[in-house]
Amino acid sequence: MLRIEGLVKRYRTGDIALDGVDLVVPAGEVVGLIGPSGAGKSTLIRCVNRLVEPTAGTIHLGELDVTALSRRDLRRARRRMGMIFQEFALVERLTVMENVLSGRLGYVAFWRSFLRRFSAADVRGAFATLDRVGLLDHVDKRADALSGGQRQRVGIARALLQGPDLLLIDEPTASLDPKTSRQIMRLITELCAERQLAAVVNIHDVALAQLFLKRIVGLRAGVLVYDGPSEGLTPEVLTRIYGEEDWTRTHGDADADDDAARATGPRPELIRAV
Amino acid sequence: MSIAAYPDTWRRPPFIASATWRWAIYLGALAYLVVAAGAVDINWARLAEGVARAGRLFVGFLSPNFTARWSDIALGMEESLTMTVTSTVVGILVSLPVGVGAARNLAPLPVYLVCRAIVALSRSFQEVIVAILFVAMVGFGPLAGFLTLSFATVGFMAKLLAEDIEDIDPAQAEAIRSTGASWLQLVNYAVLPQVMPRLIGLCLYRVDINFRESAVVGIVGAGGIGATLNTALDRYEYDSAAAILIIIIVIVMAAEYASSFVRKGIG
Repeated sequence: MLRIEGLVKRYRTGDIALDGVDLVVPAGEVVGLIGPSGAGKSTLIRCVNRLVEPTAGTIHLGELDVTALSRRDLRRARRRMGMIFQEFALVERLTVMENVLSGRLGYVAFWRSFLRRFSAADVRGAFATLDRVGLLDHVDKRADALSGGQRQRVGIARALLQGPDLLLIDEPTASLDPKTSRQIMRLITELCAERQLAAVVNIHDVALAQLFLKRIVGLRAGVLVYDGPSEGLTPEVLTRIYGEEDWTRTHGDADADDDAARATGPRPELIRAV
Repeated sequence: MSIAAYPDTWRRPPFIASATWRWAIYLGALAYLVVAAGAVDINWARLAEGVARAGRLFVGFLSPNFTARWSDIALGMEESLTMTVTSTVVGILVSLPVGVGAARNLAPLPVYLVCRAIVALSRSFQEVIVAILFVAMVGFGPLAGFLTLSFATVGFMAKLLAEDIEDIDPAQAEAIRSTGASWLQLVNYAVLPQVMPRLIGLCLYRVDINFRESAVVGIVGAGGIGATLNTALDRYEYDSAAAILIIIIVIVMAAEYASSFVRKGIG
């Protein structure tokens, strides 16, 4: 479904965010993308829908070469790629329903969206999707009145209403508590299985990634250094992705002696990994 | 390292890092203040005369006379209010596209430059100067006042709207763009909801300003209550002038209360 070949992104400052990334994601597969901050994870998924323009390389969505599209065709292609964000990125002052229906913007004419007169099929689809993510009672609330977990569900519903083939998911749980994080990850994997969606999930929490995702891709300084099953994340592999750290210790041990952990490298949330 | 080895004093870094520059600026400002104070030339004799005249003015204000010139006052007030409403509406309608065009995160560079130029042109002249130009162009009367206030409203609203648009949360705009939305839909769904409360607040504030300015531009011949006030002062009719000023104060206060009431309801 998604085929990335030789993707390079060099920012105008000269920083190389991605340095020749190859990645293939078949339909129905959810891939976890891990790596330290600044490794290029966000840049990678934003290159796919060209919110960030790639410097070199090609990206194919099915048969469509995304990197070669004109502005107009890019808008059409974006409809097939739903995006879910770390801070939810809902339009705070719009209602839940408006946020979800904004997933249809690529399909409707401006005046219809301006008057909020979406087609009967779109409205029914929005209600059905909100029911699926468990928010049918909150349709008319403003987005800023919801809790973090509820907001992320709205974000997911918005992406689903696009009728996408691919989901690009940027740190979906980074702003959520551990329990809500698991619920959201479960919802995402279930939905992808139901609808045979391909998905790339940027995720900081390695333990959470291992719990829900079968395939993990590790990115370090813009280069893929691991692509394999989540069970394959041995201490050696984690060191290759994140750098030196005592990966054999559990979270509890690390807490007991977290001075040492803070002084030596990766952020505490990564130590949960093993 | 033992605790005694650490420094025991700490100062906040100064606002201007270079000590030379810091002292040069402080001393320069002080020297300017001294020279400027010395340059003020106060004519005490004229000041004393002025106090006497101010007393007459003040006595006149203690007995405002609404009836003697009522028809003039009513006409001037009607002109001023008409000028206020029409110029605010027209000014805001024109300022919306200019403001969107002057926001760097929405407009391409050429559009941005043109719109910023319009804003700069509109803001570079004070209302009174613009009013004098329009009076020279279209003659005395409220039409010149209407044109002046519309022109000033465009610069004011467009500049503040553009700044507010540039401050929106980019994540919300990115999310709407990623759905495949068009530019107009982006403005409608991601930008407008974010700037709406401030936009409404600015519109109400501008009604206020335009009413006050309508009194000022009248003095240079652009119609409205300012013209009536000017006539009253020219004729030494301080009681009628006082009546006009009281009416202006009441209307400005009413507008203030109304706008704070509306602003409480949005957010």
